Amino acid sequence: MDIEFIRESIPLYAEAAVLTLRLALLGILGSGAIGFICCLLRTFRVPVLKQAAEVYIELSRNTPLLVQLFFLYFGLPRIGVVLSSEVCAVVGLSFLGGSYMAEAFRSGMEAVPVSQGEAGLSLGMSRHQVFFYILLPQAAATSIPVFGANIIFLIKETSVFSAVALADLVFVAKDFIGMTYRTDEALLLLVIFYLILILPVSAVCALIERRVRYAQFGNRSIVSGE
Amino acid sequence: MLSSGIGVLFQGNNFLRLLQGLMVSLRIALLSMLLSAVFGLFLGIAMNSKKGWVRAVCRTYLETVRVMPQLVLLFLVYFGAAKHLGMNFSGELSAVIVFTFWGAAEMGDLVRSAFLSIPAHQYEAGCALGMTKMQVFFYIMIPQAVRRLLPPTINLLTRMIKTTSLVVLIGVVEVVKVGKQIIDASRFTEPSAAFWVYGAIFLLYFAVCYPFSRAAALLERKLRDGN
Amino acid sequence: MKEKQILQIEHLEKSYDGHPSVLRDINFSMEKGEVVVVLGPSGCGKSTFLRCINLLEPVSGGRIYLNGQDILSGQKESSRIRQEIGMVFQNYELFPHMTILENVMLAPLLVQKRDRKQTVEEAGELLARVGLSEKQTSYPRQLSGGQKQRAAIVRALMMRPKVLLLDEITAALDPEMVREVLQVVLELARDGMTMLIVTHEMEFARAVADRVIFMDKGAIVEEQKPEDFFSCPKTDRAKRFLNMFHYEALG
Repeated sequence: MDIEFIRESIPLYAEAAVLTLRLALLGILGSGAIGFICCLLRTFRVPVLKQAAEVYIELSRNTPLLVQLFFLYFGLPRIGVVLSSEVCAVVGLSFLGGSYMAEAFRSGMEAVPVSQGEAGLSLGMSRHQVFFYILLPQAAATSIPVFGANIIFLIKETSVFSAVALADLVFVAKDFIGMTYRTDEALLLLVIFYLILILPVSAVCALIERRVRYAQFGNRSIVSGE
Repeated sequence: MLSSGIGVLFQGNNFLRLLQGLMVSLRIALLSMLLSAVFGLFLGIAMNSKKGWVRAVCRTYLETVRVMPQLVLLFLVYFGAAKHLGMNFSGELSAVIVFTFWGAAEMGDLVRSAFLSIPAHQYEAGCALGMTKMQVFFYIMIPQAVRRLLPPTINLLTRMIKTTSLVVLIGVVEVVKVGKQIIDASRFTEPSAAFWVYGAIFLLYFAVCYPFSRAAALLERKLRDGN
Repeated sequence: MKEKQILQIEHLEKSYDGHPSVLRDINFSMEKGEVVVVLGPSGCGKSTFLRCINLLEPVSGGRIYLNGQDILSGQKESSRIRQEIGMVFQNYELFPHMTILENVMLAPLLVQKRDRKQTVEEAGELLARVGLSEKQTSYPRQLSGGQKQRAAIVRALMMRPKVLLLDEITAALDPEMVREVLQVVLELARDGMTMLIVTHEMEFARAVADRVIFMDKGAIVEEQKPEDFFSCPKTDRAKRFLNMFHYEALG
């Protein structure tokens, strides 16, 4: 191990990590937005758009991010749609993550008993009010662990960004291996930096998950219907 | 220009080559899945071990695998092992090693929770009928566990198939690489080739994965309604 | 139509595809301040009947009038109609993510846009009346079943409904909690609240009802004063039903 080499390389890795983190954050926000829109379309059974959402979800869940990115980055420019690497990465990650988030919302919504919605309606609330004030808060709370798992999954998926010419962690590591043959150092830094990116997120998720489980505001005996 | 681009797919044996490339991906995925299932079964049983240290070791293994992107694991084996073990793993072999290493951990976790989800009184009921431990395990626990395991295992397989797309980044000639070759070869004759070829690969992956996830969803529903 | 009649139902029909009718030609009316108890074996359609009145189930035919207004015609009006018809459910259906105070104040503030300060006061008074003053900031999971059901009654009352529908509100409760809930309902009856009650508590029905309706297989079979219904029911089906509650008759 060449400590000097490692010390000198850290800034480059750090820069790459910041890029990864920035794109991941945007992608996760995009995923959440798409997932939420799909949830709205499904809940309110918006004709045509709901079916479109179902098709999108299946396409997104059953194809790899790498192929999605290649299509966006190399394919689309050929029909006149030119996207920068960064835009491709964010769009691709959102396209992938949106369906995972949509499924998280769905499982949460399914866990809320129908009778909760009826109780809201019987108080004269509109369907929108019932959704935003009664169903969504309960569904989101139930889905927190799944959201957390999805976020970690999406951060890991960013590792393919190097394939569309982004100088992310994998890109930097591969560069060092190719140019300097310092494989050990390059790989060690790669692992360490991914740990720095993912471990805190995973720890926070575990913490929130535990808190949600113990401080359930939901009385689940209502769910089982007794 | 656009419509002519689609012709690239059917020029010569291009489409056949893409399918052959896909076969390479599927071969890696299926082989890894098979090995994962075998190792995962033992791992899952170990994860429910009464010995605390066995559970701790398994847990550490699972969390370690889960925290690392599969691409990083691929790099570690492909570049790292080549240097240290003095042998040059082919990309394909590296992929099978990594995916099995990862898949076995995930499979182990599935097996663990499948066994956990069988109520204890099922085991007791078997014993109460005078069955031996082994008989209870084979006639009562295994059949129920397998029923519960099937949907998530199929889902793991589709994840495995999707993840094989990464192997192009360690130089394996599979469907994406073949696609690149086709695009490069027709760069000047068919400028829109990239759109059609990557579009086709996208749909090929979908065509392979969709039936599996459909089947898993159906089985899952059947299981839920059945109980 | 008489002026006093607050709820009037004509030829109400309800059927699901491929199933025999759940409700068959229901004709029924209630006066203001009247308490009507609906009895009948399980599956006779009495809960569906209540849910139809609150527009939670689409009906297949017939008319429902509230204060002389047809409530089935304009679906857009459903919010306004439901504000006037309160409903309390078997499983309370308090919102688990809100405190008791938030539960009872949500709809008055959100739907009726009432003044917050006044609403807080009103909620405090009503909660005090049912003995839940201490529980305002508690979450539903921290309450007993009886307390939850009393809170749910307050939630419905906060909308100042003209009619209150109670759907087996003690069926999910432990026996020792039934009384505290029924006490609240008795007091409401005394105060002149118009109520349509589905219950299996015969003693309570006898005590609270001005009129008893007996339903079987989706139809109203018998309609009587409670003292008459419980002492000498007219139909055989009602007799058989009442006999189920007398264990000595089993011998």
